[in-house]
Amino acid sequence: MRKYVLKRILISIVILFFVAFIIYLLMRCLPTSYVENLARQKSQQPGSKSYEEWMAQLSASYGMDKGIVAGFFSWVGNALRGKFGDSWYYTVPVTQKFHETIWVSVYMGAVAMFFELIIAIPLGVIAATHQYHAPDYVISIVAIAGISLPTFFFASLLKLVFCVKLGWFDLYGLTGRTYNQMTSFQQVMDKGYHLFLPILVLIVLSIGSLMRYTRTNLLEVLGQDYIRTARAKGLPEKKVIYHHAFRNTLIPLVTIIGGSLPGLFSGALITETLFGINGIGFTSYNAMVNGDIPFSMFYLVFMAVLTLAGNLISDILYAVVDPRIRVS
Amino acid sequence: MSQSENNENKDIILEESPEAEDAIERNTEYSIGDDRRVKSLTPGALVRRRFFRNKVAVIGLWILIFMFVFSFIGGLISPYKQDQMFYRQEKVSKDFAYAKKSDDYQFMSRDSKVFTSAQQADMIVAIFDSTPTFDSMGSTYSLKQEGTDFYGAYSGNDLVCIAFKSGLTDLEGKATFDFDTTVAALRAYTNGETSFDVGGTHYTIADDMVAVSGQDVGTISSFILRPAENGVTITADLRNQILQAIEDNAETVTVDAATAAAQDAADEAAETETATDGAVDAEAPEQAADSKTVYTISYEPSKQTWTIQQEKETTRYDTYSSPSLKHPLGTDVNGMDMMTRLMYGGRVSLLIGFIVEFIAGAIGITLGGISGYFGGWVDNLIMRIVDIFYCIPSMPLIIILGAVMDALRVSPTMRMVYLMMILGFLGWPGMARLVRGQVLLFREQEFMIATEATGLSARRRIFKHLVPNVIPQLIVSMTMGLGDTIITEATLSFLGLGVKFPFASWGNIISDVNNTYVLTNYWFIWIPAGVLLLLTVLAFNLVGDGLRDAFDPRMKR
Repeated sequence: MRKYVLKRILISIVILFFVAFIIYLLMRCLPTSYVENLARQKSQQPGSKSYEEWMAQLSASYGMDKGIVAGFFSWVGNALRGKFGDSWYYTVPVTQKFHETIWVSVYMGAVAMFFELIIAIPLGVIAATHQYHAPDYVISIVAIAGISLPTFFFASLLKLVFCVKLGWFDLYGLTGRTYNQMTSFQQVMDKGYHLFLPILVLIVLSIGSLMRYTRTNLLEVLGQDYIRTARAKGLPEKKVIYHHAFRNTLIPLVTIIGGSLPGLFSGALITETLFGINGIGFTSYNAMVNGDIPFSMFYLVFMAVLTLAGNLISDILYAVVDPRIRVS
Repeated sequence: MSQSENNENKDIILEESPEAEDAIERNTEYSIGDDRRVKSLTPGALVRRRFFRNKVAVIGLWILIFMFVFSFIGGLISPYKQDQMFYRQEKVSKDFAYAKKSDDYQFMSRDSKVFTSAQQADMIVAIFDSTPTFDSMGSTYSLKQEGTDFYGAYSGNDLVCIAFKSGLTDLEGKATFDFDTTVAALRAYTNGETSFDVGGTHYTIADDMVAVSGQDVGTISSFILRPAENGVTITADLRNQILQAIEDNAETVTVDAATAAAQDAADEAAETETATDGAVDAEAPEQAADSKTVYTISYEPSKQTWTIQQEKETTRYDTYSSPSLKHPLGTDVNGMDMMTRLMYGGRVSLLIGFIVEFIAGAIGITLGGISGYFGGWVDNLIMRIVDIFYCIPSMPLIIILGAVMDALRVSPTMRMVYLMMILGFLGWPGMARLVRGQVLLFREQEFMIATEATGLSARRRIFKHLVPNVIPQLIVSMTMGLGDTIITEATLSFLGLGVKFPFASWGNIISDVNNTYVLTNYWFIWIPAGVLLLLTVLAFNLVGDGLRDAFDPRMKR
C-alpha cells in the first residue's frame, strides 16, 4: 500500500513538472509586444519609471532574459522556495494576495459542498429506489437541467429576482455599506448574508451530477446478486437499501467526494466574478485578464496541483475504502 | 457481425415481448418454429426504435430540431441582417441659443494694456457721477457722452475706451469687430443714423442689424444672443422674433415655415453630426417645410440668461426598443433586431460546438485508437501525454489567451477560428481515454480474435470491425460534449473573451446583463438568449442520455 501511494505521488510530481513546463512555454510564447505594451502602459503612469527600466524589470522578473529552459528552471527553483514573484496587477507578492483571497473561496466551496452532499445523495437514493416512477423522472430531469444550466445565466436570473425585484440582497460585493461600523459578529453575519446567492448558485449547479452519480451507482449495486439474496432472505426493503446497498454505493461516492476536496481551493471563477466576491477565482480572473503573468502562472500551476491531488486522493481512497481492492 | 450485437438482439426480443406477440398474430400462416415468423431488424433499426420509445429523448430531439431550424433557416428568412442597425426619430429639446441682456456697461479699450480694468472701474464711477473728467492711475481722462448709454474716454484727443450698454456682435454673438468699427457703428446706432463708413467699407444699419452691401455681418443690441453650438449662425428673422418674444415675456416662439427653412439652411453647413443614412437626410427638409419649429424660452434668474431650446427631431440608434411587431424581441444596445441576432447567435454557438467536437474527436480518436490498439510503449507515451493535458486547467488558459487576443486586436473572424482550435485542442484527452478504453475492451473479445484468425489485414480489422463497435460510445460522449462545449463558448463570450461583436453568440448577447440597467429593465435582451442556451444544452444532454440507453440497453439505468 505504501509502495503504491509512493509510486503514485512520484508519477504525479513528474506529470506536474511537465504541466508546469507547458504552462511556462505558453506564457513565454505570448507575443513579446504584449509585455512591451504592458511596460509602456506602466511607464506612462504618473511618477513611474521609464519604459526601458520597466521592460528590463518585467523581463527579469519573469526570466525572459534567459532561454526558455534556463528560465523555466529558474522559475522552478524560485517556486520550490515559495517565491512566485510580485503580482504585476496587484503590486504585492503573489503568495500574499493568494493568502488574502483563498479563504473566502474555501469557505464558499465548503458550505456549498456540505449542502450539495445532504441534498444530492438522498435525492439520488430516492430516484434509484423509485426507478421508472414519478420521483425518479422528476429528479432526473431536475438533475439534467441543473447540469445544463449556464452559471452566468442562472446567476443573472437570481440577481434579477432576489436583488432587483425583491431587493433582499445586494447585487455585488462581499460586504455591505455599513460594514466598518459593525461589531465583529455582525461582520461575520454580513459576509454570510452576501455569500448566500453565490453559494446557492454553486449548490444548484453541482447537485445535478452528484445526484446522477449516486443514482447510477445505487442502481448498479441494486442489480447485484447479494441484494437479491438479501431480499430472498426476507429482509425489510429499508434494511436492504440502507444497510446493504447504500453502504456499497458509498465506495464510489467517497472516492469521488474525496477527489473533489482539493477543488475547494480552486475557487469559483465565474460565480465569484459575477457577484464581485474577492475570492481566488475573481482575483485570478482579474490578474489573467490584465496580463499579470506571475499571478497567472502561479494560479495555473496551482490548479494543476489541485487536479493531480484530486486524482491522487480518489485513487488512494478507492484502494483504502474498498476491501476487495485492498486484498488484491 | 459480432457477438455483442447478437447479445443485443437477444435482449431486444426478450424486452419486446408484446410486439413479438403481435408478430405471432400477424403471421399465423407460419408454424411456431418457422424462422420467418420472427421479424428481424437491423441493429440500426433496433437502436432507432429504442430511442424513439424514450419520450424524454424525443423531446430533446425536437428541441434540437427547433434550434437548428431557428438558427440556420431562421437566419435566412429573417428580413434583417445580424448587424443591421435601426434608427428612430426622437424629439429632443436641444439648447439652441442663450440670450443675455446687458444692463451693465460693457467696456472696450483700444489697448487693454493701456486702459485696464482698474481704469474702467474709475470710468464707470465718472459716468454715474456725470463728471466730465476723471483721474485714474496717474493719468487724467476726459469723458464724453457719444450717444444714448454710450460714453467715450479720451486721453488728450485720442479715444482710448468706450462704455456702452448695447454692443456690436457678429451673428454668432461674439464681439469680433475691431475698436474703430465698433465705435463707428455704435455712434451711428445710438444717434439713429442708418449708415456709417469705416476703413473704406460702407455699413448700413437696419433693425439692429449691421450689413455690408446687403449681407448681415453683425448686430447691435443690448441682448447678446449666442448660439449653443459653435458655427451656427442665427438668421436675422429668427433673431428678431426671439428677442421680441423675450421682451414680451413669451415662453415659446413658434417660427413659421419660411423662417425655419432659412434657419435650417443656415444650420446645414454647420451640422457636424449628420446622419449617414440617405433616407433620413431626404426626410428632413420635408418635415421642416410642413411643420413649424417651436422654440421654448426659459429664464434663469441666477445667471440672468434666457435659454432658448429648440425642439428638433433627431435620428438615433433604436436602442433597447421594446418588443413590437417589427421587432418581436425588441432591439439591443446597437439598435439591432434581437430576434435576428438570436438566430445568428444560435448558428455561431452550434457551429462552434460542432467544429470543436470534430477537432477534439479527430485527435482523440486517432491517438486513443493507436494507443489502445498497439499498446506497449506507444500506449504508455500517449497516455502520459493525456495525463499531462488532463491537468492543464483549460478555463483559465482560454481566458488568458482571450485577453492576449484582446491586446493584439485580433479580428473577430480570426478570434472565432482560434477559439475553436484552442477549445478543440484542449478537449481531446477525454476523448482519447474513452476510445482507448473501448478499444482495449473489444480487442480481447472473441470476434476480434476471429478476425485475426481469418487473416484480415490490420486496416480492415480496425475500420471494419473495431471502429463500428466503438462508435456508439463515441456518439454518446460527443453529444454530451457538445452541450459542454456550447456552455464553455457561451461563458467565454459572456466574459467578453470569446465571440466578439459584430458576430452574435448567445453568450455575448447575454453579456449585456453586466449593465445593471439592462438586467433590471430589459428582460427581452437577455432572458430569451439564456432560455435558448439552456434548452439547447439540455436537449443535447437528453438526446445523449437517450442514445446511450438505446445503444446499450444493458447499461440502462
